[in-house]
Amino acid sequence: MGDGFMVEMTRSELRADIEQGTTQAAAKAKAPPLTAEEQGHLLDIYASPAAFTAVDIGDQVVLSCDGGGSKLTGTDMQDLLESEQRLGQDILELWHIEYSYKAIKTILPFQQQVMQNAQLMLTAPIQYGAQPNLAFYSKPDGPADNWFELLPKGDIAGARAAIEEAMEYATWDFIYVADGMIEAGADFFSTLRAVKHVREKYPEAGIELGMAGEFVIGVHGELEWEGRRLAGLWPREQLEVCQDAGVTLFGPAVNIRSGKSCCWNTAYSLTVIKPCMEVARIPVHPNVGEGVCGVPVNGYPPEDAASRAARAFVDILRCDGL
Amino acid sequence: MDVTHALAAGMGGIRTAGDLVARLQMSRGMRLKEAKEYVAGKLGCTVRDLSDSYAMEQIRGEKGLGRILDHSNLHPGEPNAMMAKFRIAELLGIRINSVEKFRDLAGL
Repeated sequence: MGDGFMVEMTRSELRADIEQGTTQAAAKAKAPPLTAEEQGHLLDIYASPAAFTAVDIGDQVVLSCDGGGSKLTGTDMQDLLESEQRLGQDILELWHIEYSYKAIKTILPFQQQVMQNAQLMLTAPIQYGAQPNLAFYSKPDGPADNWFELLPKGDIAGARAAIEEAMEYATWDFIYVADGMIEAGADFFSTLRAVKHVREKYPEAGIELGMAGEFVIGVHGELEWEGRRLAGLWPREQLEVCQDAGVTLFGPAVNIRSGKSCCWNTAYSLTVIKPCMEVARIPVHPNVGEGVCGVPVNGYPPEDAASRAARAFVDILRCDGL
Repeated sequence: MDVTHALAAGMGGIRTAGDLVARLQMSRGMRLKEAKEYVAGKLGCTVRDLSDSYAMEQIRGEKGLGRILDHSNLHPGEPNAMMAKFRIAELLGIRINSVEKFRDLAGL
C-alpha cells in the first residue's frame, strides 16, 4: 500500500487498481490514460511474486539525488565517499540537514569548504541540494507578514504582498548560496527567477530542479512566468517553464495516496508525468523518493515496492534518470 | 532506498560509466540516449558497455578515468578523484567546474 503496509492482491485486483489509477489521473491532469500495452506491462511488474525487480540490462538510467546518503555516516565527506564507492551513485549531492536556503546562507563558508574538499576526493559529479521553504520568511520566523493569517481574515491583497516580499528574500538567498557553491567548486516563482539569474551568470552550470508535488497550488493565484499562470500547472507545463528558465535536469513529483495500493499510485504517477516526455528538451528524472511516484510514504520504503516503481518509470516512460 | 534504486535502475556511477553520462546530462542538458551515445563514442565502446562493470573497469583503467578502490582492487600510481576528472573533462570535451577551480588555485 501507499503507506508501506504489505497486502496480498490477486491479478484481477491489481488490474482493476491500475485501470482506476490511470483513469483518475487522466481526468485530473487532462492527459491520455496509459495504453493497454503499458497497463499490461505494469500489471506484469506488480503481479510478480519476486521480492525485487530491476530494469533490463542496458536500460539503466542516471541516478540523481534529493538529499541521499546518511547523515549518521561519520562526516559529509565519508558519506559522499560511501555513496560513490559503495552505492555507485551517478550524481552525488552535498546537503545540510536544514535543507533551506535561508538557514544555509548563515553557514555558507562551512558548506563551501566541504564542497571544495569533496571535489578533491571524489570522481563522480557532486551537486549541492537545498530548497526555498518560503514560509520561513513569514512571521514569526521571518520578516514578511504571514499570508496564512491574512487569508482567513479576507485580506487577499495583503496576503499577496506578503508572498511577494517572501519570494524576494527567497530568490536572493537561493542566488547567494548558488553563487557560493559554484565558486567553491519559493516556491515555484522565486525558484524560476533564481534559476534564470544563475543560468545567465553561469551558462555551463548544471541546475537540477525537483518539484515537491504534482500540482502547483499557487497560494498567490496571480503569479505568471513569461505570460503563463503558475497556479494549477501540471508536470508537462512545469517542465516547459523550467526548461525555458534554464534548468538542466527536471524532476517531476507526484504525491502518494497512502490509502491506495502501490500499483494504483504508480499508474496514477505515470499517467500524470508521461506528457512531459513528449516535450522534454532536457533530461527528466522523476522523483521516486519516499512518498512520491509510487514509493510508499514510509521511513523505510519496502524494496519490493521501490524497485517496482523504479522499473515501471524506466520501462514505461523511458525517462532519462531517477 | 538509495541501494534499492541503485540496484534496480542505476547505471552504477564510477563502477561503470554512470558518472560520465551524468556529466553530459548536467553540463549539456543531453537526454539519456544522446548522452549515452556521446560517451560511448568518446570511449570507443558500445552503449551496452556503459553499464557493464566488467567492461568499464578495463576501459576506465586504460584511460585513467578513476575506478572503485577496495582491498582487492587498489591502483596506486593511477589517476583517481581530481586527477581523473582532468582526464574526464578532456576526453568528453566538457568544462568541469571543480577542475577549473583546481587549475586556478594551484596556479597551473
